[in-house]
Amino acid sequence: MLLRWRSQAKRSQLQKKNVYYSYTESFYGPDIASAYYILSLKGGFRYVGQSEWFRANQRGKFSWDFLNHKNTPIEEADMSYTIINYTGLENLERQRSLRTLKLKGCPEVDDWFLARLHLFQDSLEELDISHCPRITTGGLAALRNLKGLKHLNVSSLPGISNPGLVIILLEEMLPQCQITANGYDHNLRKVEEEEEEQMQRQR
Amino acid sequence: MWRRLQVKVGLGFCGSDLETHMEAMRKKAMDALPGSSWTPLEINPNLPPERADIVIVGGGVVGWSIYSQASTVLSGGGIRQQFSLPENIHLSLASADFLRNINEHLGVLNEDPIDLQFNQSGYLFLASEAVAHIMEENYSTQRYAGAKVSLLSPTQLKEKFPWVNTEGVVLASYGLENEGWFDPWSLLNAFKRKAISMGAIQCCGEVTGSLQLKVKSLYFSFFPTSDDGMSACVEQVQMPNSLEYQPVECAIVVNAAGAFSGKLTEMLGIGFGPKQSIAGIPLPFLNLNYAAEPDVSNLEVDHSFFQENVWPHLAFRVPAFEKLKVTSAWAGFYDYNTFDQNAIIGTHPLINNMYFATGFSGHGLQHSPAVGRAVAELILDGNYKTLDLSGFSFNRILTQEPKLETNIV
Repeated sequence: MLLRWRSQAKRSQLQKKNVYYSYTESFYGPDIASAYYILSLKGGFRYVGQSEWFRANQRGKFSWDFLNHKNTPIEEADMSYTIINYTGLENLERQRSLRTLKLKGCPEVDDWFLARLHLFQDSLEELDISHCPRITTGGLAALRNLKGLKHLNVSSLPGISNPGLVIILLEEMLPQCQITANGYDHNLRKVEEEEEEQMQRQR
Repeated sequence: MWRRLQVKVGLGFCGSDLETHMEAMRKKAMDALPGSSWTPLEINPNLPPERADIVIVGGGVVGWSIYSQASTVLSGGGIRQQFSLPENIHLSLASADFLRNINEHLGVLNEDPIDLQFNQSGYLFLASEAVAHIMEENYSTQRYAGAKVSLLSPTQLKEKFPWVNTEGVVLASYGLENEGWFDPWSLLNAFKRKAISMGAIQCCGEVTGSLQLKVKSLYFSFFPTSDDGMSACVEQVQMPNSLEYQPVECAIVVNAAGAFSGKLTEMLGIGFGPKQSIAGIPLPFLNLNYAAEPDVSNLEVDHSFFQENVWPHLAFRVPAFEKLKVTSAWAGFYDYNTFDQNAIIGTHPLINNMYFATGFSGHGLQHSPAVGRAVAELILDGNYKTLDLSGFSFNRILTQEPKLETNIV
């Protein structure tokens, strides 16, 4: 029973963090609401036309200067190592000029999240989903909708079983995209060892 | 005295023998105590219980999902939102939401998380000139209901899917989100596991008869008693491969028997009454093989059907399929509603405690979570709470008004 309470508490905390920021949106507009959401999840972002990144520090504190730029859409968002999930992506839905999205090491990013990225199909050029434990091959199929994608990083995904084959299929699916996939062991050594053992047994 | 006792024991049994004897004695003692499942009479443990509150007939996803919320394994396992009836679209959307959060809904503590192997590709529908206007209408219904679908022209289609032959195609409709295919076996097992953890009893058998009891009038009832009222009160369940059977008394029966739902209602006499009465209208069901065309008398796969009827169309539309080879095929029963190929959900006007959840004609798997929730709401609350599925009630068969999908698949 205690275990169940603990898991329910964790889940409700996740839901609260990823709730839709409609209150902020009604006062400040969708761009500020998305910016506030990113900062409260300890991410970082950059506005269109600005070169300055707004980030929250380790403790979650951030400066309120981003409020100065009203009605400026967000161009780059860095949500690495945050707990963003499918419902949270609703807060970024209006950002149709989002060009870069970094989701390195996010524990809640799964296949359904990738399917929802079709919202940014016209603008997204760079996507980094490396080290996300919940992504599997089925989700990578959904990336087909991102026709403007130029850089994709799928390194070290523990969820995919045949990385070599999957990378080849991705390259076929997105011909204009440059795919980075490090951290996989493409060696055939294990199979060769098994074959040697079988040969020895036959002898 | 105590030491002499110890020595005696030591002489009688020695070494590991002592261990096994102690184990056997302990087991006998445990069996004799109340709470163990040992009985001196040999009873088949697989028989269903004598009394149950709700009996769900049918072991597919719809049946199990009804339990865990209030013909599956052979199914293709796809889910899509591209229907023309808004109720169907809402059902698919609700089911997709359920599948997305499946570990929250069906997760059992200390067990492995559920892996559906959901492949997130969408369904692509192609339309020729004759039916393009139907596709546009359906598109607006789908967008209004909240499905994420996009219309593509032939040039856009060729850009997105260069391997498709766009000859004769005027419009295409592609599902962007919440569509794809998954493993129906893992979904079924997930439902089963959750239901059993919540207390359902599973028994494999065949329902061979059900006795009716006339509705008795209450002393202070406000409504006139109807002598025609029937209720399915006692189901007779026969064990497979044996002559044993067990009558199960129940308050409510849910008919989620898929292709065999028609047989179940026949046992209650529906369909055998005089032609003009309500009892004379049978449940419009047929046992059909997977694709409606091949011979339905047995479950053998008709390979020539694929070669002659399906392959030419496939090869024309996708030139790469000219070189394909069939590796395996299977046949199964389709839960097909011959009347209008849409679900029948709800009660029967005559039988007051049988709930139908059947007739999905190929869409049972993708609608199962939402339908399960709807029927659970019906049983527990008496009304539909989240989704209004009264359009799928049995009444449309009585009034002979079919609820057809345009562009039925």
